[in-house]
Amino acid sequence: MIVRVGHLYPDYLNIYADRGNIAVLTRRAALRGHELVVDALGIGDPVQPGEHDLLYVGGGQDREQTLVAPDLAEKGLQIREAVASGAALLAVCGGYQLLGRGYRGRDGALMPGAALFAHETVAGTTRMIGDVLLECELEPGVRHSLAGFENHAGRTLLDPGAEPLGRVVHGFGNDGESGFEGCRVGRAVGTYLHGPLLPRNPWLADWLLGQALAHASGGDPPTLEALPDELEAEAFRVSAERARARGGRR
Amino acid sequence: MSVRLGLETMAARAVGTVSRAAGRGGGTTLPGKLLWKVDPGAVDALAARLSSGVALVSATNGKTTTTAMAARILGAEHRLAWNRAGANLLSGVASALVSSRAADLGLFEVDEGALPEAIARTRPRAVSLANLFRDQLDRYGELELVAERWRTAVRGLPDETTLVVNADDPLVADLAEGRERVLRFGVDDPRHARPALQHAADSKYCVRCGTPYTYAAAYVGHLGDYRCTACGHARPPLDVAAREIDLNGLTGSRFRLEGPLGDVDVALSLPGLYNVYNAVAAASLAFALGASPAAVRDGLAAFSAAFGRFERIPSGSKTIVVLLIKNPAAANEALRTLETGIPPVLVVALNDAIADGQDVSWIWDVDFEPLLPHVGRVVATGDRAAELGVRLVYGGLPEDRLEVVPPLEAALDRGLELVEAGTDLVILPTYTAMLALRGILTKRGMVRPYWDGAAP
Repeated sequence: MIVRVGHLYPDYLNIYADRGNIAVLTRRAALRGHELVVDALGIGDPVQPGEHDLLYVGGGQDREQTLVAPDLAEKGLQIREAVASGAALLAVCGGYQLLGRGYRGRDGALMPGAALFAHETVAGTTRMIGDVLLECELEPGVRHSLAGFENHAGRTLLDPGAEPLGRVVHGFGNDGESGFEGCRVGRAVGTYLHGPLLPRNPWLADWLLGQALAHASGGDPPTLEALPDELEAEAFRVSAERARARGGRR
Repeated sequence: MSVRLGLETMAARAVGTVSRAAGRGGGTTLPGKLLWKVDPGAVDALAARLSSGVALVSATNGKTTTTAMAARILGAEHRLAWNRAGANLLSGVASALVSSRAADLGLFEVDEGALPEAIARTRPRAVSLANLFRDQLDRYGELELVAERWRTAVRGLPDETTLVVNADDPLVADLAEGRERVLRFGVDDPRHARPALQHAADSKYCVRCGTPYTYAAAYVGHLGDYRCTACGHARPPLDVAAREIDLNGLTGSRFRLEGPLGDVDVALSLPGLYNVYNAVAAASLAFALGASPAAVRDGLAAFSAAFGRFERIPSGSKTIVVLLIKNPAAANEALRTLETGIPPVLVVALNDAIADGQDVSWIWDVDFEPLLPHVGRVVATGDRAAELGVRLVYGGLPEDRLEVVPPLEAALDRGLELVEAGTDLVILPTYTAMLALRGILTKRGMVRPYWDGAAP
């Protein structure tokens, strides 16, 4: 099956190895006989709800983020419609922030976001940097750990009732206080974890792939054939060990 | 010398001797750390005593090599105080000042973040600023943050200081706008331009208006001949340029160095266009300090390599070639020097200590892809060997050509075992892996400890 991916602003938001996440999805799809077709969506390119099975928004440095923010806010309605109709989405770091209601700078002004996730990000004075370990339960009763690296000054505050991606075991997470990390709406997931995220957390790559395939077929997420993932497991183990030893402390 | 400064300096020297004698990493920053702790103002006083003044070199990539090249050129005319082993914080500068009693010229590479304080304390005659790339974001912060520090530092420069900038880096070139004493250098040979900007290119957007630059030629990362079609901001004319460049794989390069005092042909025994940039930066700094084109040509021709950056080490019938990789831009250029002769065996060592960057995501921004289908075997090693293995496999390396051997010494031996007699084993280590590798090779008697250095 063809999985259509809309990669937003790859020329601007590509820090912290965002292309690694795409490479992992591509290869893991191919190993199961599916083909990932990736469209680059730049400034001024419309997001057509229904056209893509998975949307990806990466992270950028402040300057690049500021350059794309107004365009992303304009695409907000289409992105919300796409997710409401079952498209999967992964947003990392800057992309995660910009998909909330907005980013409030130190001067108090709000830079509006795409308002997919029910959160607002507030500029902080110190950066939260380090290895992170999360515990997630995306499907009831199915628990997974997620290991990554975070580096952000913004504190992301979830609205009451908003669903986090996971609970922080080691590290800072959204705001360094709540114990929450990331946000989830339907098949959309946002997180501060890069490193990149998917290579050492293949279960999440497969979950996203399953959701995207479900959108493509109009049915339920298929059961994907298991892969050996020995190197991936070792990479995860070392990364999780780092988070235990030196992850940010709340 | 004031009595107090004299005593502090003697104490600091004594500690340096003890530290070297104890085999604890050369004492390159220890005595300086001591002096720096006791009396930071001593750096100002020691620097002020240098009769030919101080020159500073900073950049994301190439600081150590550029400074070593400049040392080779300037060492013919001057007695240098030089932080040759790359200890580039103020404590390292203090160390070099302490250990070079008879010096008349200070030549210091300076960490990007330490530049403002180094300028304030040493009041340099010349400052060379060569490039800004994304680098260990967990450590340095975003590019713009470093750029802002540099802007502040440059504003604080005395009027009589010559600012030497890389015209090919938009962000760096812009620092010289409005200054009178400026020397702008760059590369000018479109035959060596990349077909497209690399994935990890930074500063792609006009520093004035944010429009993407159009490149007549992109040489290394975002370095090149750029122009903004919206507002007209463009690479300024070059005062010192490398033209007619011939790259010769891992063995070196030749180019024509055109400067304000005439042109010379330069032969360099270091590989890659990035080392041409380092050479032009070193030449420009030397020109700013009064060196002649002939002295520059001779110094560059006699230069072999800076500590750990590019070393060829014989090991029996085989040769170990070490190319330091520390961020995407540096790693891309190291890989590019391998494109003309893809090595049958490659050892890549990834550590994640503070000096390497604890965040290893940068390996995904490195363009390994063109190499992976052709290389015979890759040994992934270091503290994050598995992570590196995952990256290479997802990048297209067939799994049966990958070996993951985390202990560095075992990986070195495996690499040596895999290459045939008479050929090179290419090793690409991150910073602390390079130090560890040198430690192993020193123990085996194959290289000298770094504090002995190569003769300047």
